Amino acid sequence: MPYLTLDGLAKHFGEFTAVDGLSLSIEKGEFLSLLGPSGCGKTTTLQMVAGFVDPSRGRIVLDGRDITGLRPEKRGMGVVFQSYALFPHMTVAENVGFGLEMRKVPRAERDRRVAETLELVRLGSLGGRYPKALSGGQRQRVALARALVIKPAVLLLDEPMSNLDAKLREEMHIELRGIQKHLGITTVLVTHDQVEAMTMSDRVAVMHGGCIVQLGTPFDAYERPQSAFSSTFLGQTNAVAARVVATHDRCCEVALGGQAEGRRMFVPHEGQRYAGPVDVYLRPERIRLAAADEGVAGRVATRVFLGSHWMLDIDSAVGRLRVSQPNVGTVPPGEGMAVGLLWTDDDARLLHAEAADVR
Amino acid sequence: MSADVLHPPVQAAARNEAPGPAPWLLSGPALLLFVAMLLVPLAMTALLSFNAFDGTRGVLPTFTLGNYAEVLGDGYYHEIFLRTGGLALAVTVLCVLFGVPETIILARMANPWRSMFLVVILGPLLISVVVRTLGWAILMGNQGLINQALMGLGITQEPIKLLFTMTGVVIALTHVLIPFMVISVWAALLKLDPQIENAGLSLGAPPLTVFRRVVLPQILPGVLSGSIIVFALAASAFATPAILGGRRLKVVATAAYDEFLSTLNWPLGASIAVLLLIANVAIVLGSNRLIERRYAAVFDH
Repeated sequence: MPYLTLDGLAKHFGEFTAVDGLSLSIEKGEFLSLLGPSGCGKTTTLQMVAGFVDPSRGRIVLDGRDITGLRPEKRGMGVVFQSYALFPHMTVAENVGFGLEMRKVPRAERDRRVAETLELVRLGSLGGRYPKALSGGQRQRVALARALVIKPAVLLLDEPMSNLDAKLREEMHIELRGIQKHLGITTVLVTHDQVEAMTMSDRVAVMHGGCIVQLGTPFDAYERPQSAFSSTFLGQTNAVAARVVATHDRCCEVALGGQAEGRRMFVPHEGQRYAGPVDVYLRPERIRLAAADEGVAGRVATRVFLGSHWMLDIDSAVGRLRVSQPNVGTVPPGEGMAVGLLWTDDDARLLHAEAADVR
Repeated sequence: MSADVLHPPVQAAARNEAPGPAPWLLSGPALLLFVAMLLVPLAMTALLSFNAFDGTRGVLPTFTLGNYAEVLGDGYYHEIFLRTGGLALAVTVLCVLFGVPETIILARMANPWRSMFLVVILGPLLISVVVRTLGWAILMGNQGLINQALMGLGITQEPIKLLFTMTGVVIALTHVLIPFMVISVWAALLKLDPQIENAGLSLGAPPLTVFRRVVLPQILPGVLSGSIIVFALAASAFATPAILGGRRLKVVATAAYDEFLSTLNWPLGASIAVLLLIANVAIVLGSNRLIERRYAAVFDH
């Protein structure tokens, strides 16, 4: 039986529908991310789970118990807010101990658990400081410790990293994931950052317009996007207009459009039916550069060096394609140079052309 | 509002580079006006307070501490100073008791109502103090609206004496000064993290506990700043005590006025005014220092 179940959850603010009949099951100890752009309803969903917002419809069931109408102070959720929402008039130790104080935990045990948790987030020596005297990263750790110390039923993270700089964020991703696994705590993360969602989660739920449009492991969601939206939101992708010529058992035969008229591809499918105009999706890292007379002809429009890889935009016979090349110590062709583009049919994904409107 | 009312924050950049003459030139006109209209008269008043006075010959240009000795040594003036202090304290306490809940309710209102009530609360500041006070005098008279209503409802048989009493002055001054408390607490509330109450709730604190342990301590500097403003304004108020308190219920400001205009003993009036200024500055600076020290570790300035 799932540990946390959201059943047909909806929230309307007047005419506006923030969350539209969302259903989701989360296993105990699982790390699930709600990933989506701003306004997709992910934060409202989290706030309904925390009890700050009353759902218009639907139920929230925690460990077999319906908590839909339960007041937030009775839910025992640990919440880390985007702004951290630390109590500025209390020291770090008082902040972390507040939840235990509310639970009437005896002084000695409270002190012990506060010290333990501060140690866990590597803030052992800062218990006596006020939040004002801490850096952004340290404040974030205090917020995390404050949520963890009460041994919450579910840890809810509302864009917790968005105020940290890139380097610190990467470190925190790995550290937070480590703590989460170590404690085995069920966690729901809300984020608009696909890297964050992919590095930490067991499963990612891509949200759009108040609904979940894709749910699966990060690898699955990335490799088998079910909509144009999730394919562009999870990583980058190239869409090439095409037309279905014939459908076979395991693959679709499509004819590419534009100047590559007549070029055929056999794109694998998983039982879906495709017909008429479609989009062929190609990830930038699946396209290889080759000599000008091989594959699809193209010309380099821009070339950017990103350290671990190169990012090239190439004007080709099938339109502008973004190509990512790992940095292997050689410099790829520069701007204005003619190149050939190679890919295998298995690297492509097929989606109905009208689905592109979702973007 | 910052805990520090008297020292607004200085931009960090301004400290690092030499500012050149531009700031002086820009603030010059206002500075000149300030010096000519405030500092010079103040200095002249201070000088005047050291002059002697004779009933037949008027102000004598000699140096004496006699005026101060007279004010500080006379029970009559002690009473006036104590009454003023008590009045200011009572008004401050009432402004806290009414102003703080008022502001919190206001902050929780939805917008069309919130703006409307904010205007209603700040409205008194838009009306001339004399007009407003005369309005209170009409309401408070023995045949005034308040007493007629109370007697009509059978709550009292005799009219309650409000006009020319401390009660009346305190009520009117509280009404006048409460906007300053509201503005100050409002500013403190705006600085609160909008998620801070949710944070308290999620940690298991019921709403009342969240207010007492999380919200109140954070708006306290605002309440204290408001109190300082209200106290200072109440202690130096003139029009309201003069009109509603009448001739016999003197406060320091009206006593100084009387020395100047009735007795024509300008030096004595000047020394009363200077003493009021000193007392006010001492109390305001003292409380400000106290707040600063208490909250320096907690809040940004």
